[in-house]
Amino acid sequence: MAGKPKLYYFNGRGRMESIRWLLAAAGIEVGSSVLKKTNDGALLFQQVPMVEIDGMKMVQTRAILGYIAAKHNLYGKDLKERALIDMYVEGTRDLIDLIRVHHKFSPEEQEKNLALINERATARYFPVYEKVLKDHGTEFLVGNQLTWADVQLIEAILMVEEKVSTVLSKFPLLQDFKTRICNIPTIKKFLQPGSQRKPPPDESYVVTANRVFNRK
Amino acid sequence: MSGKPKLHYVNGRGRMESIRWLLAAAGVEFEEQFIETKEDLEKLLSDGLLLFQQVPMVEIDGMKMVQTRAILSYIAAKYNLYGKDLKERALIDMYVEGTTDLMGIIMYLPFQPPEAKEKNLALITDKATTRYFPVYEKVLKDQGQDYLVGNHFTWADVHLLEAILMVEEYKSDILSKFPLLQAFKGRISNIPTIKKFLQPGSQRKPPPDEKYIAQVKQIFNI
Repeated sequence: MAGKPKLYYFNGRGRMESIRWLLAAAGIEVGSSVLKKTNDGALLFQQVPMVEIDGMKMVQTRAILGYIAAKHNLYGKDLKERALIDMYVEGTRDLIDLIRVHHKFSPEEQEKNLALINERATARYFPVYEKVLKDHGTEFLVGNQLTWADVQLIEAILMVEEKVSTVLSKFPLLQDFKTRICNIPTIKKFLQPGSQRKPPPDESYVVTANRVFNRK
Repeated sequence: MSGKPKLHYVNGRGRMESIRWLLAAAGVEFEEQFIETKEDLEKLLSDGLLLFQQVPMVEIDGMKMVQTRAILSYIAAKYNLYGKDLKERALIDMYVEGTTDLMGIIMYLPFQPPEAKEKNLALITDKATTRYFPVYEKVLKDQGQDYLVGNHFTWADVHLLEAILMVEEYKSDILSKFPLLQAFKGRISNIPTIKKFLQPGSQRKPPPDEKYIAQVKQIFNI
């Protein structure tokens, strides 16, 4: 018997945010549990994210995302589509990871990291997805329907825009993509206030994360 | 028309090694084109063969696949090493992410400063014996079977064996408190395709040495 998936993390984006995005895109309601400490025995490798779903206590972000995508028909129709989706989400994952850790850096390091984020977004990742949309000539990155690849790309775009608001200026197809995907009802709902979407990290987030993860 | 998969990487383990292991375990013959100089890498880049300007890259079934995990997942699914359903797949994914994290620490070791060597060795030993190996020991115990998932050979088993052997190269008695993993190691090593891969002359690569590290630093501007 399946109830709502339950997300165990602290109250911030971190590694859990991509999971929130994907569940929201699939129209799945979640319950959440705010984690106090990570030395809980329910965590397979003593780490979060952890998601209670379909009788499992799943850990490892990619494993959780892969399960949700497959279960909710967001993983393409065959092995080849799956391969493309996997390549694309690994790319956006690398970009998101640059931003995910940004708040941990000193101000000087942040300046450098910002330049790196901008460079990677505009020279490595976004040109690839712009070209995919151009070559593909359809609304989505893979096949003819929304997949995990589209959801993670929109997440990445919005995250980069929070840091570099003009980042899509040279990518007209990605601009259209952004508009289209943001208007999909489940995603539109997730982008509205009151959803499970978390804000970018601020001071209190850093303090909480350090406490939960036993960092000095 | 597809021939053998073709692997593009440096002549060493790095991120490609898990792919070599999985292809070998599946009994799939493959070719390798080694990047030996900066110019070799630049040619791959200027020919537009690297989607995100990175290796590993594997030419397989008409695709130029990049991103290690994507490549591994494709191979696992294609050669029936990804379990029989979604739940087995979920377990396999969780387990390989764990061994990936463990092998990830080891992969970066040669590129750390020499002063950090002892500290890093302690870190590997600690993570292996307190975070990762206890999990797999327990899985084998609870499952009561030869393999980690579903009573058949999967990617998770291949990846775990690779991780065990890699850690043992740093600390040969790392499995001393894990009897089921010792038995697992013996069993999986004896699977014919794996046994063959473990023999001299296979495409398995040796641990990194000074020469390899220098070459990688030079090619990738590290």
